[in-house]
Amino acid sequence: MDRPQRVPAVLAVPAAVGFAFLLLPLLALLIRTPWRGLGRLLASTSGLTALRLSLECATAATGLSLLLGVPLAWVLARVRLPGIALLRSVVLLPLVLPPVVGGLALLLALGRNGVFGRYGYAAFGYSLPFTTGGVVVAETFVAMPFLVVTVEGAIRSADRELEEAAATLGANRAQVFRRVTLPLIGPSVLAGAVLCWARALGEFGATITFAGSFPGTTQTMPLAVYNALQTDPEPAVALSLVLLLVAVLVLAALRDQWLRPGGLR
Amino acid sequence: MTGPRPDGQRFNGQRFDGQRFDGLRFDGTVRRGSFTLRAGFSLAGGEVLGVLGPNGAGKSTLLRTLAGLAGLATGRIELAGRPLDEPATGEFQPPERRPVGLVFQNYRLFPHLTVRDNVAFAGRSRGLPSRAARLAADGWLDRFGLTELAGQKPAQLSGGQAQRVALARALAAEPALLLLDEPMAALDVHTRLQVRTELSRQLAGFTGPTLLVSHDPLEALVLADRLLVLEQGRVVQDAPAAEVARRPATQYVARLVGLNLYPGRAVAGADPTEVRLDGGGSLVGLPVEQPVDAGRRMLVTVPPSAIVLHAARPAGMSARNVWPGRVAGLEPLVDRVRVRVDGAPSALVDITPAALAELSLGEGTGVWLSVKATEVACYPDQPGD
Repeated sequence: MDRPQRVPAVLAVPAAVGFAFLLLPLLALLIRTPWRGLGRLLASTSGLTALRLSLECATAATGLSLLLGVPLAWVLARVRLPGIALLRSVVLLPLVLPPVVGGLALLLALGRNGVFGRYGYAAFGYSLPFTTGGVVVAETFVAMPFLVVTVEGAIRSADRELEEAAATLGANRAQVFRRVTLPLIGPSVLAGAVLCWARALGEFGATITFAGSFPGTTQTMPLAVYNALQTDPEPAVALSLVLLLVAVLVLAALRDQWLRPGGLR
Repeated sequence: MTGPRPDGQRFNGQRFDGQRFDGLRFDGTVRRGSFTLRAGFSLAGGEVLGVLGPNGAGKSTLLRTLAGLAGLATGRIELAGRPLDEPATGEFQPPERRPVGLVFQNYRLFPHLTVRDNVAFAGRSRGLPSRAARLAADGWLDRFGLTELAGQKPAQLSGGQAQRVALARALAAEPALLLLDEPMAALDVHTRLQVRTELSRQLAGFTGPTLLVSHDPLEALVLADRLLVLEQGRVVQDAPAAEVARRPATQYVARLVGLNLYPGRAVAGADPTEVRLDGGGSLVGLPVEQPVDAGRRMLVTVPPSAIVLHAARPAGMSARNVWPGRVAGLEPLVDRVRVRVDGAPSALVDITPAALAELSLGEGTGVWLSVKATEVACYPDQPGD
């Protein structure tokens, strides 16, 4: 057993400052929350609309990310091809790209006059930007890499030996993936999905650039918070509180992945 | 073991004669990096072939190639008249399409599935609905005495139980060829004996050919009808188990079965045969088959228990098979002491603790060795391909 370590002051002081730095703003949010009128503020039509839109869009984006991201993760983890590193960089780029740049790129690609979007518009008269669909696309663009990274790591460390065993028992590749690989990486897929969902829920920059901020169709919670702040801070604080609560729930859901010592490997 | 027991000779043929053969034929090479395995053998239904060899000899490579987890570089694998792998024609059946069951050394049970669902896995892979697959699995669980464990997860099983589940799971796929990779290696010594007996009974019920990889000679001798010895990617011996134990072809096998083995050359006109040993010295022994041509490459075996140690040159004995040596090491066995003696030839000698005390042996002690010619077996050296 390790003895509990004494923390040297040279580490303890900055650590305490860092902790306070992260905690105090959240504390301020709680202190300034208009608890008395909270119910009324949240129940206001615009607040509820934004909340529902946020939940729907984040969930749709997560679904889309699962559908595309899990196979993508498998390819990145398993396919041995020259250029796969380049492919991975492309997939991971949105993690570090400023979201507003992502939104602009989406606009240039899928906009009504966009490089690819113009054909869709010409054919169907439909264009993604400034629609609820646009919100989902923007959120997926930003959030999917979180899922891919998590799942790719899991597939990499998944037991190849079990997959071989499944093959000798007559399972083809699709069956091996569905009945062995996927159940084995299930917890990681779930963690990636939660992470992806949380990221999508908080998405601001790409969404406002690509989809705008129209109440009812594209104005999600973060946009509503920002919008409310321009005129009346109270609803903004109330909405922020809801987002904080969601974040706490996400953390609780991921506790096995993150909160144990040595987590987030 | 039940089932047809072909004599070794008939199935030692390394070439395909084009006739339909209801077993396994393997003849080819496999490359893994700089390692090359080259082997040729046939195996009839119901026959159990033990594959013996030191680590890195190519045993696992052979199994993986038969299962389709690795491919042949050249040659052909044929099972029940159907080609599984033949690079020349581009024929390659992937593992999921081969009627080959493989029991892995570490069993590789699916940790997220119950024992029943592990055994039902093959059925599900064939497209059976889960209810039908589980019903079929229940039959296998019953046969293997696993019914009570049906709902358990692999992590809850003992080593012996996991071994049975792995075998049941492989057999539930109704393979035409069964491969066992060191089935006992993951078990403790205590469990091994019991599992070996059980395994022998279960294998008896399998009608296809069985390949059993092992580096435990006892396990191979008990479970297998025939032994194939691999060393450095080559077959060095392919013979009935009893013959391998009696006439080992290489030092590796000789050590496994506990014999002193010496290669040498027969001396002209001698009967009993005198063999001049490559490592120095000569031994006179009984040839296994007559006549022995002078100059013929021979192998000579001497059981360590047949050699007698003397403190001084034994008087009243013929000069045959008497030679001096020096003790190089002592190793206690269960009821004997194994003495390593350097000389021409060097030998392992088993003596009783009483004899050890009487001779007051220690490292470096000079001794005389003697062995009766009737205890020395000579047979022609037939190098493998």
